[in-house]
Amino acid sequence: MNYESVIGLEVHAELSTNTKIYCSCKNEFGLDVNTSCCPICTGMPGTLPVLNKKVVEYAIKAGLALNCSITREGKQDRKNYFYPDLPKAYQISQFDLPLCTDGYVDIDVNGEKKRIGITRIHIEEDAGKLIHSVMGDESYVDFNRCGVPLIEIVSEPDLRSAEEARIYLETLKSILQYIEVSDCKMEEGSLRCDINVSLRPVGSDKFGTRSEMKNVSTLSGTQRAIEYEIGRQSEILDNGGVIEQETRRWDDAKGENVLLRSKEEAHDYRYFPEPDLMPIVVDDEWIESIRATLPEMPDVKKARYTGELGLGDYEAGIIVGNKSMARFFDKCVELGGNVKAVANWLQGDIMKVVKEQDITFDDISFTPEDLNELASIVDKGTISITAAKKVLAKMFETAEKPSKIVDDLGLAQINDESAIEAMVNDVLDKNPQSFEDYKNGKTRALGFLVGMVMKESKGKGNPQIINKMILERLEAYKNS
Amino acid sequence: MNLHEKTIHELSSMLKAKEISSVEITESVLGRIDAVEDKVGGYISVAAESALEQAKVADEKIAAGESVSDICGIPVAVKDNICTNGIATTCASKMLETFVPPYDAFVSKKIKENGGVIVGKANMDEFAMGSSTETSYFKITKNPYDLTKVPGGSSGGSAAVVAADEAIFSLGSDTGGSIRQPASFCSVVGLKPTYGLVSRFGLVAFASSLDQIGPMTKDVTDCAIALNAIAGHDSMDSTSANIKLPDYKSALVNDVKGMKIGIPAEYMGEGIAPDVKTIILAAAKKYEEMGAIVEEFSLPMTDYALSAYYIISSAEASSNLARFDGIKYGYRTKEFEDLNDLYAKSRTEGFGSEVKRRIMLGTYALSSGYYDAYYKKAQQVRTLIKKSFNDAFAKYDLILSPAYPNTAFEIGGKISDAVQMYLGDICTVSVNIAGLPGIVVPAGFDTNGMPVGMQLIGKAFDEATLLRASYAFEQNTDYHTIRPTL
Repeated sequence: MNYESVIGLEVHAELSTNTKIYCSCKNEFGLDVNTSCCPICTGMPGTLPVLNKKVVEYAIKAGLALNCSITREGKQDRKNYFYPDLPKAYQISQFDLPLCTDGYVDIDVNGEKKRIGITRIHIEEDAGKLIHSVMGDESYVDFNRCGVPLIEIVSEPDLRSAEEARIYLETLKSILQYIEVSDCKMEEGSLRCDINVSLRPVGSDKFGTRSEMKNVSTLSGTQRAIEYEIGRQSEILDNGGVIEQETRRWDDAKGENVLLRSKEEAHDYRYFPEPDLMPIVVDDEWIESIRATLPEMPDVKKARYTGELGLGDYEAGIIVGNKSMARFFDKCVELGGNVKAVANWLQGDIMKVVKEQDITFDDISFTPEDLNELASIVDKGTISITAAKKVLAKMFETAEKPSKIVDDLGLAQINDESAIEAMVNDVLDKNPQSFEDYKNGKTRALGFLVGMVMKESKGKGNPQIINKMILERLEAYKNS
Repeated sequence: MNLHEKTIHELSSMLKAKEISSVEITESVLGRIDAVEDKVGGYISVAAESALEQAKVADEKIAAGESVSDICGIPVAVKDNICTNGIATTCASKMLETFVPPYDAFVSKKIKENGGVIVGKANMDEFAMGSSTETSYFKITKNPYDLTKVPGGSSGGSAAVVAADEAIFSLGSDTGGSIRQPASFCSVVGLKPTYGLVSRFGLVAFASSLDQIGPMTKDVTDCAIALNAIAGHDSMDSTSANIKLPDYKSALVNDVKGMKIGIPAEYMGEGIAPDVKTIILAAAKKYEEMGAIVEEFSLPMTDYALSAYYIISSAEASSNLARFDGIKYGYRTKEFEDLNDLYAKSRTEGFGSEVKRRIMLGTYALSSGYYDAYYKKAQQVRTLIKKSFNDAFAKYDLILSPAYPNTAFEIGGKISDAVQMYLGDICTVSVNIAGLPGIVVPAGFDTNGMPVGMQLIGKAFDEATLLRASYAFEQNTDYHTIRPTL
C-alpha cells in the first residue's frame, strides 16, 4: 500500500548565553570534566535556582524569528525522573505555559515553499553527561552540561518526508544561527532532535499511531532515521500488523533504531509548577526591544540575493547558509562592490582559506573594502585573475591594500595594445609553423601562441587582448 | 544568674559595656550543654571548638570598638536542616549523616557576618517531617519541662535547647507549624516570618512554597533582634522579597490600644483542650484590658486546610527529596544489582518511615490521572484560604489563636498514629498556606504545669505589628520568666 508519512520534530537547541540557566557557572563546551559546575547546578541540598534573564530573551528572540506568539506570563515546571546525570532528580522545564506558541517557518522544498507550523518553544535546563568506563563496569558523571540552557522547539506534524524534515532542520539551524541564540553545532550536541513518525494511507486525513525516536543528532542522521522508521512501519502495516505507540532509540552507527520503552513503560513525569521560581513576566516593551535586535532572516536575505542582486539560486544559498560569509558579503554590497565578482571570490578562494585555517569570515585579516578594491582592479583590467589570486594570498598574509600589493609585486597587467602587438609580432615571427597548423585545423596552436606571448610578457600581458590579437592574425592567414 | 540563662539583649548590653566576654558566654553555654544535654538531647552536633573561635573573633571586634550587631558574640543553635559550611548538616536523617556542606545557608552567613556564635546543630524530625522530633534518625529530644514528653516538632531541638538554656537563641524552620508548635510546647517565643522575608537559600527544602526560617528566643525583644539579623533580600532566592525592612526593635512598644484582634471560631472548637482554650481566652481578656478590641469571627475554609497542606507539602517533598538518590552524596546502599536497585535500596535504607510515607503521598498526588483531583484541588483551596485571610485582615490587625490543640504529649504517644499526629497541625498550617507571619508567645501553663503558647497571625510583611502585640502581652505577663528546672 502507499503510505503518507506524517512527521513532527522536537528540536533541542543549546542557547549560547555566557552563563548557565539557573546559576552563574560558565556555559562553555569542551571544558575539563566537572570544572564548570557549582552547588546549584549539581543540585546540592538547600540550593535554589535563579533564572538567567538572557535565557528568556534568547527564547523570545527565537520565538519572534519563528513567528510565534509570546506569552505575557510564563511559568516553569518540574519534570521528575531519576537518572544519574540529573542531580536534582527533576529537570526544570515548562509544561503548560511555554514562552512561545503558534508560530511557523517557511521551508524551501525543491523550489516550492512549504509552511511548517511551530506548536511551541519552551525553555529548560540540560542534564549532565554520563561517561562509561572502557571496561563497562563503572560510570562517571560530568556535570558541566547540567544547567546549560536549552530551548525545545516543537513542530506541528506538518512534515511529509524525511527530506522535508532534514530541510526543516537545516532551516531552523540557520535561523537560530542567524539570530545568534545558538551555535547549533550538532557535533557538540548543541542541536539535537526527537522525531515523531506515523504513517497513514495516502488520501486519509486520520493520523496513524506514532512512534517517537530519540537520540538523533546529525542532519544526515535525521533523514536516515526517518527513512528507516518509515520503512519499519510500512513493513509492519503491509504485513497486517499494528504500530505500537512507543519510544525508540536511533543508533546512527548501525543505521537502525531499537525499542527504548513501550507505552506501558512510559514515564510519568509528575509535572508540577516549580515552587522555587517566580512566574516569568514579559511585557510588550521587552518584546519590542528584542524584536528590534532581529537581523534579516535567511529566507528574506536569499530572496534579496536572487532578486535585487541577481545571484543564482545556488550561490545565494551558499552565502545565506554561512552567516559570517553573508555578513562579509552584505558589507561588500553595501559599499558598492561588484556583487558577482565578490560572491565568486567569497565562495571560491576565500572560502578555501577560511576552511583551511578553520576560521570564520569575521576573522579574515582584510576588510570588505579591500575585497571590493581587488574586484575593481580586476574589472579595470589592471591585473589578471591569476595575478589577483596572488594578491589575495598576500592580502591574507599582510592585510595590505590590494593596490599596494599589486605595486609591490609589480603585477599590473600590460594593457597597452602597441606594447602587446610588438610581443605578438615577435612570437609569430619565431613560429611561422603555427599559421599552417592553425589553417590545418589544429586550433590548439592558438593556446600555444597565447602562452608564448604571456611568457614573453612575464605573465603581465592582458590575456584577453593577446588572445584577440593572435586570433585575428591566424584567422586572417587561414582565410587568405 | 548564670550567663547561659540570660537573653540576647541582656548579654549584648553586658558585652558592649565590656563587663563580660563572648568567650565567657560561650563557655557558660558549653558548660550547660555538658550538664544537661544528656537529659534533653537537643543537639545533633555541638561545634565547641569553632564556637570558641567565633567567640574570640567577636570579642576582638568588640574590644576594637567596632559597631557590632546585637547578636555579636551570642551563642546560637541552628536547626540541622540549615546548611553550615564545614559543619555536618544531616536533616536528622541517615541519608545525610555524613553530609558536610561546602557552603553556608543565607541565614548562617548572616549570623556569622553579625558575629553570632554557632554552638551546634539542633535536632529535628527527619527532613522536618513531624510534630514531635521523634522521627529523628539520631535521638529523641525531651521536653525540658517534663522529660517524658516531646518538645514538639519539627524544630523540637531548637525549642528545647533555648528552653534548657543550652543556647541563647536558635533558628528553626516552619513548614506547617514547625517553629510555633514546639515554641508552644517549650514556652519560648517562636516566629514564622512572612514567606519571602527570610531567604531559604541553604535550607534543605521540605516544601518549597511553605518553608520559612525563623528565630526561637527567650523573649519577644530577642525575637526582634534575631529577626533583624536574618531578614532581608537575597538574590540567590527567587522567592525572597526585595522590600525595605523596618528595625524590628523599634516595633517593641507596650501599647495595643485600639488594636483590633479577631479570634477564629474554627480554631477554638472541638478538639481544643479545655486548658488551652481557657488560656487563650485569658490572653484575649488580657488584650482587652490593655485596650485592644477582641472579637470572635469565622475563618472559612479552615476545614480544608489540613488536607490541602498535606497534599501540597507532600507533593513538593516528593520532588525535593528525590535528589537523595545515593549517587552524588549521602547514603548509598552497600550492595546493589543495577541502577534501579541502587536507587531503591539507598532510599529504602536511608529514609525513615515518616519521610517515606510523605514521599509516597506526594508521588501519588502528582501522578498522572490524580493531579487534578489532588494537587490542583489543593492549590484551589490554597487560593481560597488566602482570600479568607485577606477578608479577615480587612477587619482585624491580628488574629489570635492557640498554636496547638494540646500541650506537649508523651514521648511515643502519637508516633504510631500518623493521622492523629497530622490532625494536631490544624492551628498552624493555614498560616503557611497563606504565606503569612505567625508568632507564638508563652501564655500560660496547663494544670500539669506544661506550657501553652498563644499564636498571633499578622498581615504579610507586618511582623512589626506581631512583635508589638507580643511585646505588650509579655510586658503585662510573666509566663516567659518561668523556666524549667532540670
